[in-house]
Amino acid sequence: MTMVQQKPENTVSNGLTLQQKEEITGWLMALPAMLLLFTFLLLPFLGAFAMSFTNQRLVSPNPTEFVGTSNFVDLLSLRIFTLEPVRDETTGEVVRDEDGNIEYPRLRTFTRNNPEYPQLDGMQEWRSWQTGETRTVLLATDVLFWTALVNTVIFVVVVAPLQGGIALLLALLINQKLMGVNIFRMIYFMPVVVSMVVVSLLWRFIYDGQNGLLNSVLSFVTFGLFEPVDWLGNPETAMGALIVMSVWQGVGFHMVIWLAGMQTIPQSLYEAASIDGAGAWQKFRFVTMPGLRNTGILILIVITMQAFSLYTQVQVMTRGGPVDATQSLVYQAVIRGFEQQNIAGGSAISVILFVIVLIISIIQRYLTRERSA
Amino acid sequence: MRMKKLVSLLALVAVLALGVAGTSAQDPVELSLWYHGAGNDAERSVLVSIIEDFNASQSDYVVTLEEFPQESYNESVTAAGLSGDLPDIIDVDGPVMPNWAWSGFLQPLEIDETLLENYLPGALGYWNGDLYSVGLWDAAKAIFARQSVLEANGIRIPTLDEPWTLEEFDAALVTLQETGEYDFAFDPGMAWTGEWYPYAFSPFLQSFGGDLIDRETYMGAEGVLNGEEAIAFGEWWQSLYDRDLAPGTSQDGADRETGFIDGRYAIQWNGNWAALGALDAFGDDMLFLPAPDFGSGSVIGAASWQFGVAATSENPEGANAFIEFALQDQYLADFSVATGLIPATTTAANLTENYAEGGPLSVFFQLSAEQGLIRPPTPGYVVMALEFEKAMADIANGADVIDSLDAAVDAIEDDIEANSGYGF
Repeated sequence: MTMVQQKPENTVSNGLTLQQKEEITGWLMALPAMLLLFTFLLLPFLGAFAMSFTNQRLVSPNPTEFVGTSNFVDLLSLRIFTLEPVRDETTGEVVRDEDGNIEYPRLRTFTRNNPEYPQLDGMQEWRSWQTGETRTVLLATDVLFWTALVNTVIFVVVVAPLQGGIALLLALLINQKLMGVNIFRMIYFMPVVVSMVVVSLLWRFIYDGQNGLLNSVLSFVTFGLFEPVDWLGNPETAMGALIVMSVWQGVGFHMVIWLAGMQTIPQSLYEAASIDGAGAWQKFRFVTMPGLRNTGILILIVITMQAFSLYTQVQVMTRGGPVDATQSLVYQAVIRGFEQQNIAGGSAISVILFVIVLIISIIQRYLTRERSA
Repeated sequence: MRMKKLVSLLALVAVLALGVAGTSAQDPVELSLWYHGAGNDAERSVLVSIIEDFNASQSDYVVTLEEFPQESYNESVTAAGLSGDLPDIIDVDGPVMPNWAWSGFLQPLEIDETLLENYLPGALGYWNGDLYSVGLWDAAKAIFARQSVLEANGIRIPTLDEPWTLEEFDAALVTLQETGEYDFAFDPGMAWTGEWYPYAFSPFLQSFGGDLIDRETYMGAEGVLNGEEAIAFGEWWQSLYDRDLAPGTSQDGADRETGFIDGRYAIQWNGNWAALGALDAFGDDMLFLPAPDFGSGSVIGAASWQFGVAATSENPEGANAFIEFALQDQYLADFSVATGLIPATTTAANLTENYAEGGPLSVFFQLSAEQGLIRPPTPGYVVMALEFEKAMADIANGADVIDSLDAAVDAIEDDIEANSGYGF
């Protein structure tokens, strides 16, 4: 206690320069956040990464074993297989059913316990198409994973531009000095504040196939001509319904970010443009747009990542159905890990999702990088 | 100064240690009990009265109650099992019990077998030859219908001895749908996702002659879940929705609760917990009919929530003593009166108004005793249930019947293989 002497303020102690001291302070200030990120983000991810190479179960008396990449092989395996039509044994002609469709042998006779086709064992049909008399089948070991992957990609590809675009439009509309514009800002922002679970439950009522709000409104404006649609119960409309609802829910948040970006553009630029005789469109194109460049990059990346983690809406509204029309990667990861008690399988999906998002972020960063003239 | 402080601290520790040792010789041992029914006051009051009676009846043990909402109960127990924090007495859903026993969460019960002689089989949880759990009640399902509606449409009223056949049942649904008075003729309850699907619909499959798994070996489902009988069931199941005889997977939960009572559904497939409400609405007109016989006899699901002892419990004698204590007819009857569930013994049934012979719900006791079939008692049931639910939903939504059933078989068998046969 008596070793350290009191020193006057503003002098450097322990032989540290002021810059070193500031660096230490900086790290200390970052420490709590880093600790939290490490404990709740990095550590679980490393855990998931490690578990995806084992056969870890949620609960099991069996010991966990290292299984190499077999979880990933099971998820990602695809094969093309050609089915020859069934031919009449005597005439050699192609057998057709009552409707004139060519008959093929059942695929399951090749994919299940068939010693002649060991490479097809356990695979299922994902897609198939007919060329001439033969039918080509795209087989996957895990059809559900591929369906979820394609659905998730479709969701991202539609939601990212739609949500970003509508948010920009709304931001332009409410970035005006009008009476009561704050009320509109509040209204557009409201869905963001409400929990996604609540929003999903409310929209389930809106989409109800019999007496939902959407059907009632459509039937009213068409004077009863509109036939009610079971929006969430129909494989063709379910994903679209989720997309519309998700865009509506998230648009307010991104509108606010666009708005913040717009308000950093100096008013003097618009005044200068006016003096040069620029119209409204020219001002938007040559002043607003370049000024919002970095905001746009941020929004694009944020929406992409949020859209890839599609889960809550699926869980509350459709549970992946009808007929897998709304399966998503995160939903499959959760279902496998916690309901089917297959932690290793769920972890493998998470790792794949991480790699996909990482690659897309890198590509986005590259495409939107600052180009030096 | 320092020395003095240290001495007094030591003295304090010594006194505390002595004090703890001194009292622990007399104080009763605490036993924790986890229950799934948080928020259900009726169940809670009965359970609390059992616990109070038990605590008062002896001085060795004190049972303390912790309640969980049903939706998150299984996850809570799994998490506690993984971290070694299980209570002494666990409340467990019958079909999930083998999974927990296999996972090492539960130990076999050691209670007086003579107490169980009069028991409904569905309320006893056996796995691998050992009794792991026992319930104070069972639940049963029936077809809910109104006598006046069936008679007005010339539909025969089935009995326990002579239930509807597939043709009769199907024709009845078509007739009822054609009256135009109902949104749907039949409400199987597609809004109740989760355990309801295997609990309520796998008996249809079993009545057709299929099953979730080969109950001889518990190792495979090929030919059972996708055999001829199962495909026939799947095709009929799909036809219910193709012909708009039943509301599909997008059915709203509120419609499920009130649709039959409001007269929008003609016939409903429901459990006895909903019977009191239906009786209130329709009185003597209300009928509880046995499940149709689709070819291999009428079947309904059996086994509900039961009590077991945690493998990690330090006082299994106490936990067993509490479960034995709870099996008294009076408590079985109390639970039944409070919740409408079926008391697990005939003697307890006779103590209740509804389930005593000739009582308005006594038909459920017979249904449960004669037609109850437990869901496959294997640790793999958890995954079977999910795959069956998915297949039923997909088929109802128009997916290919054979492909859906084949996919379920593959997934179930992959899971069994990944778990080295689940100990079979």
